[in-house]
Amino acid sequence: MRGEKMAKINGEDFNEKITVGEYLKKAGYSAVRVAVMVNGEILPKNDYDSTEIKPDDEVEIVGFVGGG
Amino acid sequence: MEDKLIIAGHEFNSRFILGSGKFDLDLINAAVKNAGAEIITLAVRRVNSFTGNILDHIPEGVTLLPNTSGARNAEEAVKIAKLAREAGCGDFIKIEVIHDSKYLLPDNYETAKACEMLAKDGFIPMPYMYPDLYAARDMKNAGAAAIMPLAAPIGSNQGLSTKQFIRILIEEIDLPIIVDAGIGKPSQACEAMEMGASAIMANTAIATAGNIVQMAEAFKNAIIAGRLAYLAGTGRVLDKASASSPLTGFIAD
Repeated sequence: MRGEKMAKINGEDFNEKITVGEYLKKAGYSAVRVAVMVNGEILPKNDYDSTEIKPDDEVEIVGFVGGG
Repeated sequence: MEDKLIIAGHEFNSRFILGSGKFDLDLINAAVKNAGAEIITLAVRRVNSFTGNILDHIPEGVTLLPNTSGARNAEEAVKIAKLAREAGCGDFIKIEVIHDSKYLLPDNYETAKACEMLAKDGFIPMPYMYPDLYAARDMKNAGAAAIMPLAAPIGSNQGLSTKQFIRILIEEIDLPIIVDAGIGKPSQACEAMEMGASAIMANTAIATAGNIVQMAEAFKNAIIAGRLAYLAGTGRVLDKASASSPLTGFIAD
């Protein structure tokens, strides 16, 4: 909807009211193999299930890729 | 006699650190096995859940060495290191701080700063650096567990163009010196090991070879040969000939 604030997850718009833990599960991530940053701060794994993704949040989900 | 590579108290039999960039995921397992590598580097990036996970392709028991590539200053390197640890990679970290996109040369000053911050936070910092004696000393004092000087620009396959400066680090710095970046052929890896490097890190040389798995094995053997030659002590060099066969007892005509 126009004017509605959206969260961003890895740069993509997102506007569901769910927790980080629920999002990871739903999107098929293995929580032990990723790290999550919310608004520039690393979110400890213990907080995944209690942290709701709020409008305007910038969420980054990172993990390992090939590199030298 | 056992000859192990020891980094911050951790022992390794292999002196070949393999990079995992530019590989087809399906080839990584065989490349690591043929390389005999016990340490593999990785990068930290945004991931999605539907492409394959590289960790599924790395054999069990191999130590993961995430790098901080993408960092342009010490603070960014620290953030990436912490993300890597949170993602389950342990405490080893290859510090890489670069803000030159043409030659990808490391910023030694920011790298030394990152080293200090990460060592204080319990990491095992292994800084990728331009081979400068003072910078290497700073990194050692800042808590580096090994020093990783470049042989040539990353991914260039140019070979040991900084050889004489790496030699100075080997002589002067009491830490494992791991030659990183630019090594293009097994002969160059062997040459670095012959002069006393503790290990070789290579990625592009293998990833861009005609036969990746075979080249991984070629590097393994070259690194072993170079290490043995270093331990044995290479023979002296003379200006003139010195007969190998006796100069007495010639057979009469």
